[in-house]
Amino acid sequence: MALLELQNVHTYYGGIHALKGLSIKVEPGEIVTLIGSNGAGKSTTLKTICGQARAREGKVLFNGKEITQLKTHEIAASGIAHVPEGRRIFPKLTVKENLEMGAFGVKDKKVIDEGFELAFHYFPRLKERINQKGGTMSGGEQQMLAIARGLMMRPKILMLDEPSMGLAPILVEQIFHIITEMNQEGMTILLVEQNANQALSVANRGYVIQTGEIILQEEAKALLSNPQVREAYLA
Amino acid sequence: MLSMLPQVLIDGLTLGFMYAVVALGYTMVYGILEFINFAHGEIFMVGAFVGTEVLLITDSLGALEGMNPFVAFLITLIISMAITGLLGITIERVAYRPLRNAPRLVPLISAIGVSFLLQDLVRFTEAIARNAFILNGPQLFTGKFDLGFAQIPSKSIVIIVIAIAMMVGLSLFISKSKWGIAMRAVSQDQSTASLMTINVDKVIMLTFLIGSSLGGATGVLFAQNYGSIDPFIGFILGMKAFTAAVLGGIGNIKGAMFGGVVIGLVESLAGAYMGQLTNGAFGAEYKDVIAFSILILVLLFKPEGLFGEAVKEKV
Repeated sequence: MALLELQNVHTYYGGIHALKGLSIKVEPGEIVTLIGSNGAGKSTTLKTICGQARAREGKVLFNGKEITQLKTHEIAASGIAHVPEGRRIFPKLTVKENLEMGAFGVKDKKVIDEGFELAFHYFPRLKERINQKGGTMSGGEQQMLAIARGLMMRPKILMLDEPSMGLAPILVEQIFHIITEMNQEGMTILLVEQNANQALSVANRGYVIQTGEIILQEEAKALLSNPQVREAYLA
Repeated sequence: MLSMLPQVLIDGLTLGFMYAVVALGYTMVYGILEFINFAHGEIFMVGAFVGTEVLLITDSLGALEGMNPFVAFLITLIISMAITGLLGITIERVAYRPLRNAPRLVPLISAIGVSFLLQDLVRFTEAIARNAFILNGPQLFTGKFDLGFAQIPSKSIVIIVIAIAMMVGLSLFISKSKWGIAMRAVSQDQSTASLMTINVDKVIMLTFLIGSSLGGATGVLFAQNYGSIDPFIGFILGMKAFTAAVLGGIGNIKGAMFGGVVIGLVESLAGAYMGQLTNGAFGAEYKDVIAFSILILVLLFKPEGLFGEAVKEKV
């Protein structure tokens, strides 16, 4: 059974028919990437999953249960961590408070402490900045904080929306390296990227989305060498 | 002229701390919803009536006489806070939440409506129950401390101590507790907060619960300070507390506390000395003008307030 599945999802966003019958699947332990150009519906897909945009038709299934109509905070509590586009850390909270908010739904103190360990294991830089306000950090550090905050939820799946956006190439390398590392240690990841090259090189499978529809779905390696994809997204 | 000063300062502080606690209610709600809850002054008024009724009823049962005034006072405070807290939650649920996505002016008008509704409900209820809507409640603290150069009424000390305790409690709650941090997170970014499994509606309810119960508690303090209350006390006090919140920077907790104390002191000083300083041209009756002149000046020259951050217009 797929961990996450979208079946024939239609979403309207600001009067636009943004997703036109989209179907995707994420199996446990995979990195799946969704690539496509600006405005193709990548972010809308993630927003539909986490309930920030509503599917007018179709179903979102998580762990076999339908979550289409749940509220955003309930969907998050069911085990989906969404690291939104533009990082969206809480600028006036400290790094520690940001991370604590990631663990808001976690009741067990021990699990929260494990979350902190996990966050610092992947992002040791955050430990040095623990009492700094989120908004005063660099873009790369904020991205790290956003991902770490997602990990604090101890989710079953991590959804990353454009984690490389606006970062220097060396930081992009670093972030993708950590994505691979998290996946090897068991995290299922759904990755949305404009940087298709990087995304496909870490992913197991990929979907190509165009104006709200999936036009291609294949092993990531196959997509990387697909001439159509190379021309449209990897040039 | 200066011999009055200690008394004037004590009065100013007593008033100022009351403004400060009420200002917190405005500023907390604004911080989260960017909405001025103009019914907050009326919640304060309801708190004053609930507290006074509790004392009057206890007294009519003959139970007040033997009771320790502090115990009676604390019980009154707790009952009043519970009722006004629930009232605040109910108002949010019924009059504001359905309008959350409406244009900004709409909930504001709804708040003004709630404000009139509460005034008239209290007036109506008291008119039926007591045949009068101006109440004179039992005074629990009538003693005075003689410092030689000044006499401090014990009620002022009680009011200031309770107000400070509430403000310290609120500050600790907001800075340290999980729900307090969640309140700040929601005020910064609601949609992202909900991604953290935070139930935004619950946080907003909590904000109204705390803000309203603090407002209600201040009503009890007010009734102890002045003895007499009517259903319209919430309007002018609410406006001044709102001014205090704007002076400190609306949305800013420390700013609201500071602004309240400043407005209270300025008002008290103006009331005492303005007549003498202007040779009688402006008497104590103009003290309200001072508070609202401050509001206008702040809005003209430093609209973000003393502690607030200038908001950049979002493109």
